[in-house]
Amino acid sequence: MTQTTARPTSPDRTEGGAALLEVRDLGVEFVRRGAEPVRAVDGVSLSVRAGEVRGLVGESGSGKSVTSLAVMGLLPHRSSRTTGSVRLAGTELLGMAPRRLAALRGDQMAMVFQDPMSSLNPVVPIGTQVTEVLRTHTDVDRAGARDEAEDLLRRVGIPDPRRRLRDYPHQLSGGMRQRALIAIALACKPRLLIADEPTTALDVTIQAQVLELLRQLVAETGTAMLLITHDLGVVAGLCDDVTVMYSGRVVETATRRELFSRPAHRYTEGLLASVPRLDSARGEPLRPIPGTPRDVLPWSRACAFAPRCPHADRDCADPSLALRAHEGLAAEHLARCAHPALPEGSEPVAAGAGA
Amino acid sequence: MSAREPAGASPAPAAAASGAPDRPEGDVLLRVRGLQVHFPIKKGLLLDRTVGHVRAVDGVDLDLRRGQTYGLVGESGCGKSTLGRAVLRLEEPTAGSVELDGQDVLALGRGELRSLRRRMQMVFQDPMSSLDPRQSVESILTEPLRAHGVPGGPRAWRERVLELLEVVGLPASAAARYPHEFSGGQRQRIGIARAVALSPDLVVADEPVSALDVSVQAQVVNLLEELQDRLGLTYLVIAHDLAVVRHISDVVGVMYLGVVVEQAGSDELYANPLHPYTLSLMSAIPVPDPAVEDSRERILLTGDLPSPANPPSGCRFHTRCPFRQATRCDDEVPLLRELAPGHVVACHWAEEVRDGRVRASSASHDPAAVAEEEAGSPGA
Repeated sequence: MTQTTARPTSPDRTEGGAALLEVRDLGVEFVRRGAEPVRAVDGVSLSVRAGEVRGLVGESGSGKSVTSLAVMGLLPHRSSRTTGSVRLAGTELLGMAPRRLAALRGDQMAMVFQDPMSSLNPVVPIGTQVTEVLRTHTDVDRAGARDEAEDLLRRVGIPDPRRRLRDYPHQLSGGMRQRALIAIALACKPRLLIADEPTTALDVTIQAQVLELLRQLVAETGTAMLLITHDLGVVAGLCDDVTVMYSGRVVETATRRELFSRPAHRYTEGLLASVPRLDSARGEPLRPIPGTPRDVLPWSRACAFAPRCPHADRDCADPSLALRAHEGLAAEHLARCAHPALPEGSEPVAAGAGA
Repeated sequence: MSAREPAGASPAPAAAASGAPDRPEGDVLLRVRGLQVHFPIKKGLLLDRTVGHVRAVDGVDLDLRRGQTYGLVGESGCGKSTLGRAVLRLEEPTAGSVELDGQDVLALGRGELRSLRRRMQMVFQDPMSSLDPRQSVESILTEPLRAHGVPGGPRAWRERVLELLEVVGLPASAAARYPHEFSGGQRQRIGIARAVALSPDLVVADEPVSALDVSVQAQVVNLLEELQDRLGLTYLVIAHDLAVVRHISDVVGVMYLGVVVEQAGSDELYANPLHPYTLSLMSAIPVPDPAVEDSRERILLTGDLPSPANPPSGCRFHTRCPFRQATRCDDEVPLLRELAPGHVVACHWAEEVRDGRVRASSASHDPAAVAEEEAGSPGA
């Protein structure tokens, strides 16, 4: 974050007080001496409103986790450059003094990481790790913090919380550790919760418990949640809006129902067709996306997905492909695609109409 | 069956003792009876006392017909991987029997076992840690050929390597490269090529796709199916993902805490799940379809998997079962019963659960989530 170009925020959505988190044109570059900078995130815009869940979907290398780290201000200062704008309730976070940002983290915004074993301190009891957040951000005394920590653990469904406060992370099961992590994140009732693959390391029945817990929390506390995942099933069950990323850029954004019923970008479409579904008929071969997420073109030359896309042609070699609305789709349903999959009957406006 | 039965001298199971496959119902390639794998828990520095056993696999029967795929599902710690390894004798079973084509795998000496391994191979979960990073792909694929003395020498082996690469959809140029030069999906293809190098009869695949990116998983699933048709392979697929298992398996077994609690044909199991654990497992799997997700009845399990060192009495699932009854569940071990042709289930109350005469105590129909959904989704 050595360089920050704060842009004026677009007046349309922020002004109504609707969006709590407003990310505009976020870019992250990793720099290394003697090497070309790597552009991990490129012009990402998204917003999350209070009491809502936005899903951020992508495969490894799509830039979804880097986006979340940039929002939290957790990227290494020396080796990364962040540009654009990240506003939390109207306050610009990029370029904010580290001390002020640290005061916000844990208090106004909190994060739940994928692997609870590596994000909890193994040599500090759970209770201390929960009360630490409370003592840092509020002026409760030790006893008060302990009572509150006990209450938090109970709320996230950890049985016998008073005893568990003295336990170390290794004494808890995977699901319990993830609950403890959620308890820490929720300690100061943050307005924004970022959950980065919160259930990927868990078994399905435990995953169902944790997702149910997150769902309740959002409903009860009005927290805005950014849920980062690769699992489309989790998105279908939990999110209100979905943003799909590929190779550092947003390729599609829509409401949950829109996205699943009318995926427009060919990547989203391919992704949905390639996962085996529990409720689908057996025996149909899966339709995989050819190639791997590594086979990408730089966005500055063409659509990064073009090498894997069955519909790619010359139109895709367009460096100015924009994330835009398409005819036949809902107004807030945007896709960055020259040949989007559009509902029957609605011809694409410009591209491919003559073919 | 005693837990301390020395491996190798396995007790002959009731009917399947004779080597010749004389059953009319079909050609059973792999027959497992009463398989147990217990790991001792040691305490003390010098005396090394054994203070208990982790019952990772605790009495599993399994029949796998030639050319079919048996899918084994369950959560981490249920013993499914240990079972897969025990079948190949990568783990020494404590008791029970494993027969491949009528040959008792557990009675074999080292040399005999080695030659039998030609016929049974394994695909591992993480292709990065199961391929030697310092070996080229050619060397990786030649190794099984050399180790088992495939005739023809280096020239024939090289031809075979190229053939294998072609079979798994990799270019011939891949032979000279090293594992780190490949993506996860391609590495898994190399792992699969190694497993089929000796034209085995049985391939045990332990979580073959779970380490891969979503868009690549389907490629590997399709490859496994294609190879099965092409090479006549028989698969034992171990996975936690029911959707994947359902897709590739003919028969599915559900494991919980070391035992198989339900087994049926793939379609039958998904259409009519009977065991409460299967029901809750299926209701917990997210489906990428909002309409389905919103209308589903969720059976949320409470708590975690109990310790396999000290499994619960009676039905092992009774501590978490939403359908638990006052009688039988806590103190009577349920045996596998056949409720429909080929569909066996180990639950005292399976019929009652199926007919709705026994209701789940904590089944949440999730009215809160549905209500929130209706209120929360933006109308415009």
